[in-house]
Amino acid sequence: MLGRIVFFLCLPSVLAAQLCKPNAAEGFKVRLSIKTALGDKAYEWNRNQRFLFQAAIAFAMSHHLELEFNVSNILVCDETPRVSFWFVVTSPGDPSRLVGKESVELAVRESRSRINNILLLNDATLEFVGVLPTLTAPVKPATPSWLIVFGVVIGMVGAGIVFLLVSTVVQKKRKKNEVAEEEDDDEEAQMKRTAGNEGIYNTSFSEYDRNTQM
Amino acid sequence: LDTMTKNPGTEERPKWDNKVQYLLTCIGFAVGIGNVWRFPYLCQIYGGGAFLIPYLIALVFEGLPLLYLELAIGQRLRMGSIGVWNGISPVLGGVGIASMVVSFLVSLFYNTIIAWVLWYFFNSFQNPLPWSQCPLNANQTGYSSECEKSTSVNYFWYRETLNLTEDIEISGSLQWWMVISLATAWLVIYICFIRGLDSMGKAVYVTATFPYLVLTIFLIRALTLPGATDGLVYLFTPDWEILKSPQVWLDAATQIFFSLSVAFGGLIAFSSYNAERNDCERDALVVGITNSATSLYASIPIFSILGFKARTNFNTCLEQNILTLTNHFDIAERNMTLENYDQWYDYLNLTHPGDIASLPLRVCDLQNFLDQSASGTGLAFIVFTEAVLEMPGSQVWAILFFVMLFSLGLSSMFGNIEGVLTPLKELKLVPKWLPHEVSTAIVCLVSFLVGLIFTLGSGNYWVEVFNAHVGSVPLLVIAFFELVGVAYVHGIKTFSEDIYFMTGRRPNIYWKACWMVISPLMLLVVFVAYVALQAGAYPTYPAWNPDYEHFPETETKEYPKWVFGIIVVLIVVPILSIPVVAVYNLIRCGIKKSSANVSRPNPYSNEAFEIETQERNRQSI
Repeated sequence: MLGRIVFFLCLPSVLAAQLCKPNAAEGFKVRLSIKTALGDKAYEWNRNQRFLFQAAIAFAMSHHLELEFNVSNILVCDETPRVSFWFVVTSPGDPSRLVGKESVELAVRESRSRINNILLLNDATLEFVGVLPTLTAPVKPATPSWLIVFGVVIGMVGAGIVFLLVSTVVQKKRKKNEVAEEEDDDEEAQMKRTAGNEGIYNTSFSEYDRNTQM
Repeated sequence: LDTMTKNPGTEERPKWDNKVQYLLTCIGFAVGIGNVWRFPYLCQIYGGGAFLIPYLIALVFEGLPLLYLELAIGQRLRMGSIGVWNGISPVLGGVGIASMVVSFLVSLFYNTIIAWVLWYFFNSFQNPLPWSQCPLNANQTGYSSECEKSTSVNYFWYRETLNLTEDIEISGSLQWWMVISLATAWLVIYICFIRGLDSMGKAVYVTATFPYLVLTIFLIRALTLPGATDGLVYLFTPDWEILKSPQVWLDAATQIFFSLSVAFGGLIAFSSYNAERNDCERDALVVGITNSATSLYASIPIFSILGFKARTNFNTCLEQNILTLTNHFDIAERNMTLENYDQWYDYLNLTHPGDIASLPLRVCDLQNFLDQSASGTGLAFIVFTEAVLEMPGSQVWAILFFVMLFSLGLSSMFGNIEGVLTPLKELKLVPKWLPHEVSTAIVCLVSFLVGLIFTLGSGNYWVEVFNAHVGSVPLLVIAFFELVGVAYVHGIKTFSEDIYFMTGRRPNIYWKACWMVISPLMLLVVFVAYVALQAGAYPTYPAWNPDYEHFPETETKEYPKWVFGIIVVLIVVPILSIPVVAVYNLIRCGIKKSSANVSRPNPYSNEAFEIETQERNRQSI
């Protein structure tokens, strides 16, 4: 009786040891680079952190397959100082049967960012060997920022050109009016002066033309 | 009667506001993008400190005499390149036309480079910088393969900026973002030239001085970066053996020549706006020495940053190896570091040699990374942009760098455009009633439209065609004829008297020896060597072909026959005007046998301002 009790008590761990082994067919190798990710705030990898990992995977499996997975369904083995280990997932209904690799992979990919956040890591520092990381596309704002800068620059240059051209035209017109007035004034002043000196102003060399220009 | 001219037709010749403006314009013209991306590269590949010897010899015996000659002749004859050479002798009139054509062709592709700089400047306001990440491929499963095989920086330059086709024959379409960048560049040029010398002279206060400010900021930042000393040591370690190779001397001579921007006609035009009695000898020395000093000054921050980049790449390479080893042997994190990598590696190699052999470990050699130098667009848009990514505050450094390149390019463009506008006025091709603003606008518009070639898919290949051929042989020929024209046709005695009139002292034996013998001889040797080297092999170009088996290396392709024909046209057409005009004038004078050049005013024919010279009849044929 006692022997049988002991046998049944030891069975799960023995089964676990047999189910979870390095290079298991349905298992995944996981690598954590906690110090790279967190630097000084890195936590120590211990039993509690492992428990958290198991819980995260259990969540992912439950979410994906819509079955109730428990922490005890996630078996972890072959831990190394690297912080890497193998894990397998057992079926909730039958603890001696493993869940297929494809399902596990899909579940992990679906909840990858959630798992990352729980462990304070990211795709690069929490590596599931063989599972492709989900790629985040580079953020693209609605208007590319370069167009905005371009618009500002060309607006300033265009405004400058228009301003300079208009001011040149205005200046030229003003000069022309002044010159025309000066010419008229000069002629009249000279005519007055010669008339005042009791002379007749000789208009043959005058630039002032009474006839309209063609 | 009031005898002051009220005739609105004659305009006074524009003048500089002050001497500083003139010097800054000449320095700005000479100091261009080449000082930043060509000289440091040459220094590096030609044995660092040892390269300075041929460089300084070329400066003293070739660069400074040519510079002094152009500034003096422009100041004395007070005309642009066409008027000056016609004034010396109608037979030499073709030299001015050649200068104008070369200036026009160079400004076409040079402004494209400025457009590229502007594009990068516009894109530097993003966080993170767009060349730091690869975009996803079409079905979002991974990164674009072209980007993965090369780097994100390469991808941004070749694909997102140029959208480069695989072959020069495949033109592709107009890249709209490049078109608007080019339009912006030409609009900026236009606004600087809109009031002629007034507006350009004011713009030059900023464009000529700003690069020095940025270089100083970069110098201070770069010297504090890790790995800066590696770069500087690598740059300046002299390799005296290299002086035995003739290629070094050839490159030094061509570098000093193109760096000073002589033979474009722009310097002649600038100095023609000077007062008559101005010390042009000192000006020439100031401009020439400042140009070389700037090259040296620029190479220090450039190479500090390149050294930093090499060190960073080396560290990344080592860290990749560390990760591979750590993962394979399940060693605890941070046990293997950059410092103890070598000991760990030796230990693992002893204990598990088979494993080590099977792992994909990279060979990390710092010297290798330092050797990955580049010049030209490769330096600015690939190597430097990659280095900037690693510096904290990347956007600021990128913006500063591209604004500096923009200023450098813009101030050089001023000289190029001046070398086109002033001769156009002197050729009297522009009707008098057309205002200056409109004629400048037409020149800018025509240049922009022709320059659209460079915004095609194959645009970069065409820029290379123009850069390598327009800006090389024709300039050598023009400069040679300038020297010969002034020293022998105009006469060294007349020229000495001109200089005595302007500066109050005659040129000493060094200048005379250079103008008459040394510089023309050096130019002739450089020209012959250049042609011999080019004519040896059929010209090829590096093509960016993602389907190439050795991608990301560039594929070397030969130019097709029609492109080769265009190259020949580009080289021959500018210098064609020299013999054509000479022959035409010789025939005309032979037929007419008249003494003075009737159509163009000869500055020496006004008897009222005669100065004590003999042989005034030298100039009439």
